[in-house]
Amino acid sequence: MLSLTIKEVSLALREGRISPTELCRRCLDRIKKTHLNAYISVTEDLALKQAQEAETRLLQGVPKGPLDGIPFAVKDNFCTENIKTTCASRMLRDYTPPYNATVVQKLLDQGAVLVGKTNMDEFAMGAGSTDGAFGPVRNPWSYAAPYRQQTGASPDSDWVIAGGSSGGSAAAVASLTSYLALGSDTGGSTRNPGALCGVVALKPTYGLLSRHGLIPLVNSMDVPGIITRSANDAAIVLGILQGLDRRDSTTIPAPSPLTELPEDFDVKDMCIGIPKEYHAPGLSAQTLAQWSHVADMLERGGARVEQVSLPHTQYSIVCYRVLCHAEVASNMARFDGLQYGMRDYLLLDATSQIRLHPTILSTDALYATTRHEGFNDVVRGRILSGNYFLLKQNYQHYFVKAQKVRRLIANDFKQVFSSGVDMLLTPTTLTDAARYSDFTQEDNQTRSAQEDVFTQPVNIAGLPAVSVPIALSKRGLPIGLQLIGPALQDKRLLSVAQWIEQRVGFPSIKFSPSASGVALICLNKNLIMFTLGTCIFCSCSPIYYFLYSVLVVLSRGFGYS
Amino acid sequence: MSISSLCATRRVSLTIIRPSFSFLTNGHSIPYGVNFIRRTPSCSQSRITNVTRLFSSRPHNPKVPEVPTWKPVAEDQLPTPAHIPADLVDKLERLALVDFRTKQGLACLEKAIRFADQLHVVDTSGVDPMDSVLEDRALYLRDDTVMEGDCAEELLQLSKNTVEEYFVAPPGNIPLPKREERAAMLKHSEF
Repeated sequence: MLSLTIKEVSLALREGRISPTELCRRCLDRIKKTHLNAYISVTEDLALKQAQEAETRLLQGVPKGPLDGIPFAVKDNFCTENIKTTCASRMLRDYTPPYNATVVQKLLDQGAVLVGKTNMDEFAMGAGSTDGAFGPVRNPWSYAAPYRQQTGASPDSDWVIAGGSSGGSAAAVASLTSYLALGSDTGGSTRNPGALCGVVALKPTYGLLSRHGLIPLVNSMDVPGIITRSANDAAIVLGILQGLDRRDSTTIPAPSPLTELPEDFDVKDMCIGIPKEYHAPGLSAQTLAQWSHVADMLERGGARVEQVSLPHTQYSIVCYRVLCHAEVASNMARFDGLQYGMRDYLLLDATSQIRLHPTILSTDALYATTRHEGFNDVVRGRILSGNYFLLKQNYQHYFVKAQKVRRLIANDFKQVFSSGVDMLLTPTTLTDAARYSDFTQEDNQTRSAQEDVFTQPVNIAGLPAVSVPIALSKRGLPIGLQLIGPALQDKRLLSVAQWIEQRVGFPSIKFSPSASGVALICLNKNLIMFTLGTCIFCSCSPIYYFLYSVLVVLSRGFGYS
Repeated sequence: MSISSLCATRRVSLTIIRPSFSFLTNGHSIPYGVNFIRRTPSCSQSRITNVTRLFSSRPHNPKVPEVPTWKPVAEDQLPTPAHIPADLVDKLERLALVDFRTKQGLACLEKAIRFADQLHVVDTSGVDPMDSVLEDRALYLRDDTVMEGDCAEELLQLSKNTVEEYFVAPPGNIPLPKREERAAMLKHSEF
């Protein structure tokens, strides 16, 4: 039941085959059983109450919309009314916003059930979900059969990262604890964990989705991201979330009401560009092979595949870094300890009156001490370098220079798309997910430069892009590819994504409820493969199960166990 | 070859395995159990054929470059590294209202500047800076009327220290103490 797509579960809910409260309970149970640290807050009571309300509506035959009764998760940098919103920072550890972000409100208005707020890098600054105040997120594929059997990995020490910064959201959707999740995407923060966790991750056109209530990182690039298990699901959610918001003046009107994708979309006569600069140093042989494979597939499907050039790609990550740090320096100025969030050095005196610590003699001292305690090294580092780039003597040399390079990068895309190319096909990340112990050998700065190399150019240019899971690597970990389209072609982009998705047969993930070492993977929704144990999450037929058990015994004879 | 034996035993045809499924050659093999997921009723495919296909290398699509198309910018192309004198460290800490905390904090800034120096390899003469990707359109403007408000109570509740309708702050317009005195104020600061 938990591995269904939104479309399937929505139908099952409306036909009364599944009850929203049962569905919600199963998701909550699963959150408790999977120890991925994907959630910062689990909103159990509220979720059950919302599910109960959805149940009443569904029983009366008056659902609010296609998402009524469907569990979802939200990255912890979107404001949620009366629910803690921490940005995975000590600074906002106790912050409870009095309002909902527009995108969250729109999902709640549809009757969707909020199960929790997901873990991330502090203030979304990172590419591994390893740099948050609440600990790293574990990639669910670390515990699935392919990785364990291919690498002989030990579950306690060899687990791999979820990617970031929306790692909790991607892990939530991949581990089947929610059907969709909101992430945010400034330089690839939705697509990167989407690729590493084997889920569909959409970065919509800049301005198509409201950012009201999304705690800002880089205003000129931030967009809410959508994480689902299929391209069609992403289209359904995009259709609900897109459009003008009077609370966000950077929103743009949606090109068309978007519902579902056409099942029979054809790539015939489309022109797919392969930007040659996206073979960057460090690209893994397996990711390259999948890139080539999908290019073949599109050619066989009748698309024209052409090599194209985006000559400034190499400098995009440098441009991104300068603009990001400069905007961070400005955005983080709001955290001063006075109006909300952490306030350091307060004392209670004998009469329980709040008093300032005697060493804090000025407002500036209060700001400095609060921010010293509230921000981690990564955030402080970006604030300091942003301030450096914005110094009067450096402003032209770094900040304005980066803005000029930004235009060159945006023009590269413009030229390619005006030359008759419809979509671009690229890798999403250089490699599959790294082990946590390896990933943390390098600092956040180095990792972000490596991880965002293929994803941030799209943010610089404001274009839509989607990461689609393609295959498992030799290590048994997901590999994703990215499609990039012209502005406002989000629907067409998802249609191509769906076309690819229908042909690659990416496996869905399952775990054993016993969790103690036996992972269980069900492929093609109904087949049990390569494990002993009972699949409680889908309706595997007993005859398959029997045949399968025989198979396992036989396969052991051939060298598999 | 256990994969083919396994498939033969399961009576599952390998037809849906990708055309070339290389195990040992060029590193893009797919783990077992993943790709032969669709059951087909017959096992008409010859096992020999399948084994051949397993070992054949999938030809690389000529549109996808086989080797990296660029190299990281070489050190000798970059300007001389920036030096951060002590008074600049102090100035940045005052402006940013965060501290470097340790020597590593300063090293991190130097690294960020070095990374940013790569921008100077790019020729941007005659290029206008780009602030926003929405520069080509008028932003949506709403009517200049009050839409919401009157939420002072809700907002004041978010603050740790208020009196009546005021946020409480220590005295303003006082510069931060000198660097050496700041350390006493900040916990865990070693720099």
